[in-house]
Amino acid sequence: MSTIKLTVNGEARTVEAEPSTPLLYVLRNDLDLRGPRFGCGLGQCGACTVLIKGEAVRSCVRPVSSVQGAEITTLEGLARGGVLHPLQQAWIDEQVPQCGFCQNGQILTAKALLDRNPNPTDAEIREGMSRTLCRCMTYYRIQAAIKRAATAMQSTRSGNQEVR
Amino acid sequence: MSAPSRRDFLRTSGMLVVGVSAASVAGADSLGLAAGQRTAGAQGPGPYPDVDFRQLDSWIVVRADGTATFHVGKTDLGQGTGTAFRQIMADELDIAYDKTSCVMGSTDVTVDQGGSGGSDALQTDGWPMRRVAAEARRVLLEMASSRLGVPVEGMVVSDGVVSAAADPSKRVTYGELIGGKRFNVTLSGANVDATTGVAPLKAVQQLKIVGTSPQRYDIPPKVDGTAKWAVDVKLPGMLHARNVKPPVAGATLVSIDESSVRGVPGFVKVVSQGNYVAVVCEREEQAIRAARQLKVNWKKPATAPFPASEDLFTYMRSATPTSAAKPVIVGDPDAARAGAARVIEADYDVPFQGHTAIGPAHATADPRNDQLTIYSNDMKSYGLRNGVARFLDMPRDRVRVVWMEGPQAYGRTAADDAGFEAALLAKELGRPVRVQWMRQEETAWDTKGPAYAVRMRGALDTQGHVVSLEYDARAADHNHLGYNEFDTVLVAQLTGRRKAQPAAGRASYPSDMYAIPNRRMSGSVVPLPLVWETPLRTGNLRDPDGPQVTFASESFIDELAAAAKADPVAFRLQLLTAARDDDGGFRRARSIACVKAAAEKFGWDPRPSPKPRDSGDILTGRGIAYAYRSQTIAVEIAEVEVNRRTGHVWVRRLVCAHDCGLVVNPEGLRRTIECGMLHSLSRALHEEVRFDTEKVTSVDWITHPTLTHADTPGVIDVVIVNGDPNPSRPDLPHYGAGETVCKPMLAAVANAIFDATGVRIRRVPFRDARVLAALKAAGV
Repeated sequence: MSTIKLTVNGEARTVEAEPSTPLLYVLRNDLDLRGPRFGCGLGQCGACTVLIKGEAVRSCVRPVSSVQGAEITTLEGLARGGVLHPLQQAWIDEQVPQCGFCQNGQILTAKALLDRNPNPTDAEIREGMSRTLCRCMTYYRIQAAIKRAATAMQSTRSGNQEVR
Repeated sequence: MSAPSRRDFLRTSGMLVVGVSAASVAGADSLGLAAGQRTAGAQGPGPYPDVDFRQLDSWIVVRADGTATFHVGKTDLGQGTGTAFRQIMADELDIAYDKTSCVMGSTDVTVDQGGSGGSDALQTDGWPMRRVAAEARRVLLEMASSRLGVPVEGMVVSDGVVSAAADPSKRVTYGELIGGKRFNVTLSGANVDATTGVAPLKAVQQLKIVGTSPQRYDIPPKVDGTAKWAVDVKLPGMLHARNVKPPVAGATLVSIDESSVRGVPGFVKVVSQGNYVAVVCEREEQAIRAARQLKVNWKKPATAPFPASEDLFTYMRSATPTSAAKPVIVGDPDAARAGAARVIEADYDVPFQGHTAIGPAHATADPRNDQLTIYSNDMKSYGLRNGVARFLDMPRDRVRVVWMEGPQAYGRTAADDAGFEAALLAKELGRPVRVQWMRQEETAWDTKGPAYAVRMRGALDTQGHVVSLEYDARAADHNHLGYNEFDTVLVAQLTGRRKAQPAAGRASYPSDMYAIPNRRMSGSVVPLPLVWETPLRTGNLRDPDGPQVTFASESFIDELAAAAKADPVAFRLQLLTAARDDDGGFRRARSIACVKAAAEKFGWDPRPSPKPRDSGDILTGRGIAYAYRSQTIAVEIAEVEVNRRTGHVWVRRLVCAHDCGLVVNPEGLRRTIECGMLHSLSRALHEEVRFDTEKVTSVDWITHPTLTHADTPGVIDVVIVNGDPNPSRPDLPHYGAGETVCKPMLAAVANAIFDATGVRIRRVPFRDARVLAALKAAGV
């Protein structure tokens, strides 16, 4: 066991873990976060996604020792001041989830996508999201929600308000 | 937890709900959380007797603040049934939707309605829910009548407020009438489905919340990260377990070298019984490591457990059946065929397909206080409770299952198996144990929808009319597993506690409403060599057998239409319209309405298939297929692009016309239809469980691909149809939705590929390589 220092959702956290432990288990079991979930442990499905330096990262295959000092954001950290992120709001407005188990990865992958490309085409959304799997097959509504959120975020930007 | 739980109320009141103060439960209830989510971590003293469905208090709690909680014995797998239950019950009770909440599926606080399955949540279980809510309204009106001194007939109710029609100043709220008290009303009914009071139900025209689309209450916590799932349960002293499965199907355990894992930090124990092996550690990642590291000596079986997947259909066609379905014969198909102008035959193959849930099977069991509490997402939580009690020889009232949200559970998933494993391990360790399967375990060992090999034969007369139609199926469905059976769950099989006789399984038939004068349907079940302890164990997978059966039957109708040079829509309408005066007329009329609605929405241009082939690399076409299931009808049209260079198929547009009677929540229904269709599209395009002669080789999302964002149609149109042929009927009952739409998709896509290319694909899935090979063979 080693002492590992992490910054998660803006808070400094210290945990005792084997350095090779995948970040996912530390987030879930030591830090009690429920957004990232185990889906495959192979980096194939995206259910465990977190944001690290703005990138969507699969925490099931990322050793905890490799992310010390980096700013980690989980689904729980997306809302600010009690206000949902536009993507989360779009997910509700569009009534996206069925079971919802994968939606953590869908939302965070979409966040990274829109941060890179605020106005993606349909083809860019398909491509950008294609490695994030949903077995309830909510893809159609996810894509609609991403477009809805992109529009909302653009109108916020053009209104010269703060953009998260 | 300081506040008393609902469980304690039930216990102290002899199962009935009494004295519920608003503060004690309203907060959690308002989030619609299952009761057990509030009590997780606090194993009660038990026992956990059955909740009495003949007591109104078991179903409905009304608090002093005017809010109500409905307790129902169902589970919501993500289709929004919980929201729909609130709608139908709030409507009958006459209370605002926003003042209600719903508790589902935990065995100690909800009546046993069997959990979920069969898309029957509204079709079957909605009725007792409506009746008990109507009864509660009746009782409240009587209470108001005595309180206000106004006859019941002279009162009106709106949003939980009862007032005198003649003098609205005379008013009293439900909360004032019953809050903090019990109804104390005994219901009747021979079984839970028949539960009823004496109050009549409202007429459809009086329903105000039914037919509207309140947003699902479970979605906000699922998108802000606050939802607590079955995977999230943490208990004091909880251990983590991982299974070690036989590397070869049918292998026998010879020995375990426990020293291979003693050095793993946090190692607690290797549990082995028969061929079941699990490793238990303090932390999750330790258990994963130990399970990988454990040295186990297995003896391979003397004979191959199954043929390799590429030989499966040859094997199935030559195997000796273990059972046969009773043939259904209409008219004289042999004579009709003998006299026909043209006879066509075709074989259709659908491989084993898995549930392959996005989150592998899991459960947590708490053995403290000589009780067993299992935290599970199993859709049939009541069955899990009963099965585990039997498996561990415990009194039923010492076992409860707390149902919580989980990854999709469309049928008999491995959630059943994991629940039993957690229970066994917790009993063995004497501490709470959380077990979760790994991805390769889930994909390889989860229950499978059976493989089908179907032979179709049809005959046309000189005018192109169908004079006979024959269907003969072979289903690899021997030893089809039931739900939560103590003698068939995987851990029971591996530990040698198995049923004396394997279940017969079944070979299912098409359920269309075509009026064909001469028809034969027959089927048989064929076994694989390894019957027990096999990863190719079959169980219900969303609309069990429907996609397989309908792939064959609806592809073949298209083949007949093409042979008759008829438009596929007109051809089906003709088969549905043929004069027949029987009780199928109602279903047939609604089927016709759906075929017409789908064609109209799509903008169907009548012509035979295939269409003249496009030039260029992308060939486009459209295909239609239709299915009927338990009074619900789905007609689907797929528009495809087929890349003739790569064989890649993209379904760019889907249309579904759907009639499931009275619709409770149109937006919820729309999404259930969309997602159900795409689930079946995944089965059409991608899904196949592959195996060699020792083991399943589909073990992850690379070797077992699934539909992705890239495959998603650009447009999905859902048309909700009311095809009732009786114009004076106020409305139809609420039939089921969900599984019906899984039936037609495979055929709709195959028919569209044929329309685009002139090539008929009769083997699922339509992966690029298979389609490309077929195109090349046909010179496309």
